Amino acid sequence: MAEKVLMKGNEALAEAALRAGCRHFFGYPITPQTELAAYMAKRMPKIGGTYLQAESEVAAINMVYGASAAGVRVMTSSSSPGISLKGEGISYMVGADLPAVIINVQRGGPGLGGIQPSQADYWQATHASGHGDGHIVVFAPSTVQEMADLAARAFAVGDQYRTPVMILADGMLGQMMEPVVLPEPLADDDLPAKPWAIDGHKNQRPHNTISSLFLAAQQLEDSITSRFERYEQIKAHEQRAETYLTTDADVVLVAYGAAARIARSAVNKARELGIKAGLIRPITLWPYPVDTIESLIPSASAFLVVEMSMGQMIDDVRLVINGRRPVSFFGHTGGVIPTPDEVLVAIQRAHAGEEFRVVPIHSKLTGGAA
Amino acid sequence: MSKSATLAAEKPKILFERPKALSDVITNYCPGCSHGIVQRLVTEVIDELGIEGSTVGVCPVGCSVTAYDFYNCDMAQAAHGRAPAVATGIKRALPNNVVFTYQGDGDLASIGMAETIHAATRGEKITVIFINNAIYGMTGGQMAPTSLPGQVTQTSPYGRDVATAGYPIRVCELLSTLDGVALAERVTVDSPKNVRAAKKAIKKGFEYQIEGLGYTLIEVVATCPTNWGFSAKEAITWLQENMIPYYPLGVYKDAKAIKGDA
Repeated sequence: MAEKVLMKGNEALAEAALRAGCRHFFGYPITPQTELAAYMAKRMPKIGGTYLQAESEVAAINMVYGASAAGVRVMTSSSSPGISLKGEGISYMVGADLPAVIINVQRGGPGLGGIQPSQADYWQATHASGHGDGHIVVFAPSTVQEMADLAARAFAVGDQYRTPVMILADGMLGQMMEPVVLPEPLADDDLPAKPWAIDGHKNQRPHNTISSLFLAAQQLEDSITSRFERYEQIKAHEQRAETYLTTDADVVLVAYGAAARIARSAVNKARELGIKAGLIRPITLWPYPVDTIESLIPSASAFLVVEMSMGQMIDDVRLVINGRRPVSFFGHTGGVIPTPDEVLVAIQRAHAGEEFRVVPIHSKLTGGAA
Repeated sequence: MSKSATLAAEKPKILFERPKALSDVITNYCPGCSHGIVQRLVTEVIDELGIEGSTVGVCPVGCSVTAYDFYNCDMAQAAHGRAPAVATGIKRALPNNVVFTYQGDGDLASIGMAETIHAATRGEKITVIFINNAIYGMTGGQMAPTSLPGQVTQTSPYGRDVATAGYPIRVCELLSTLDGVALAERVTVDSPKNVRAAKKAIKKGFEYQIEGLGYTLIEVVATCPTNWGFSAKEAITWLQENMIPYYPLGVYKDAKAIKGDA
């Protein structure tokens, strides 16, 4: 078994990407993803790869578009305001069926917001990563180990389905240190062939074109519906979630990423008090792990969503529950981190049969009505 | 000897044919537009250098948005203005291939100016074919960054007023100050002589790229009869009388000339 090393989340993700065969990185400086780009800048020249600091986030994502079109495994990383700028390129990559791995080490927004950890880009990542009809696959790591594992997985899934894949992390996961077992490096032979790539036809095949343009409405509709058929395959095969103490749980928490670590501590505290609490931790945010949530509706009496936002993922939970159980919410936003004790109080209220929405206590929005 | 026997004995000499790299489809360019000529020149150069199999082109947003159908080499379509960034990604992934972009003035000098300047200053080993016709063609004739002072367009209906709309950008002059640029040359295609000169410049651009000298840009001062509101012939005259004085033809930067071996 490979050796355990102590690494920051951002660095573990970067190293795992290199081991997955990524030799091209294009980015633009922004906090709190700095370590990731710095790691790439240090390592890429040593292994014959490309690290390029672009003039803007917009240029960086379009360099990713070009490198992906040329057939290589390529990555970019940024944080919330930078991801907004990348939205154009992400949409074009969706439309041109180009795989790439895009990291969002989230910070608070809107606008320049702040630089503390946040989960306020859930809606953007899962529902509106760019204009037009389309989706990207979104992974949500919760540990440094998962930062590494999901980086490797993201390249594989992206290539398999020809889609951009986002890793939606946050400043806490990016900057914390934990022991990690890094994935084994792939050899060049392990990388999938890309007969669609524009890498020069060498007079041996018809010319390839990478484009998202379909001027005829019917052709555009056909291209989108064919992509949505692929999305159905992704939904069928790629949903991932971890469950913790859910088998007998009355109150089922739903939380991802850093918030899931806090929710897990709160579940343990609730169990010590005799409350049967459990946790669903979505690992894929798109496709959303609807099957896992659905499977627990018969046994659970209430659901409690915990996020580092004003409540975004809760919409997807409610869509699955569809009124069959109360769904409450507890969250902080703007870079404020919820504490396990706060979440415990929310678990107790949900257990007592209340349905509520608790957001920062200074807000008039906090109240009983969900 | 009979006439038919004479014809059979002589092998016909081909004087003119479609370049191999130019696909056999009808383009969407208007009569009198320079795009058709320039596109043909690019494909003639690709043929002469024997690089169709290793060339990757990037088309922009503008009248040449569907140019991927007109070339037989591998092609990518880029977001508006982003062709230099897309070309950068392609070239960094495929350093041994030939990569070119084909962009208009709105694409290159307005929405894509940052990508243009930075690809140039990085010395990206790409060739940029820049069509400057002083107007947005595809969207129906709006003011471009290179529209002349006083030029009437859909969005400068009283003529471009430099007091409010500012001045046109001279791209070759601007880029010639950057160390990463190996070639910045302005040509036009208003006459057979100038067409030949334009082809020579385009070929030089591709050759410099292959030699790894840096970023190469060939600006073609071009016509847009449809949106200028002229016939094809009038457009050429307007170009000669108005465009060329503002955008003088010539070599603005040549890495080899600087070294003295051009």
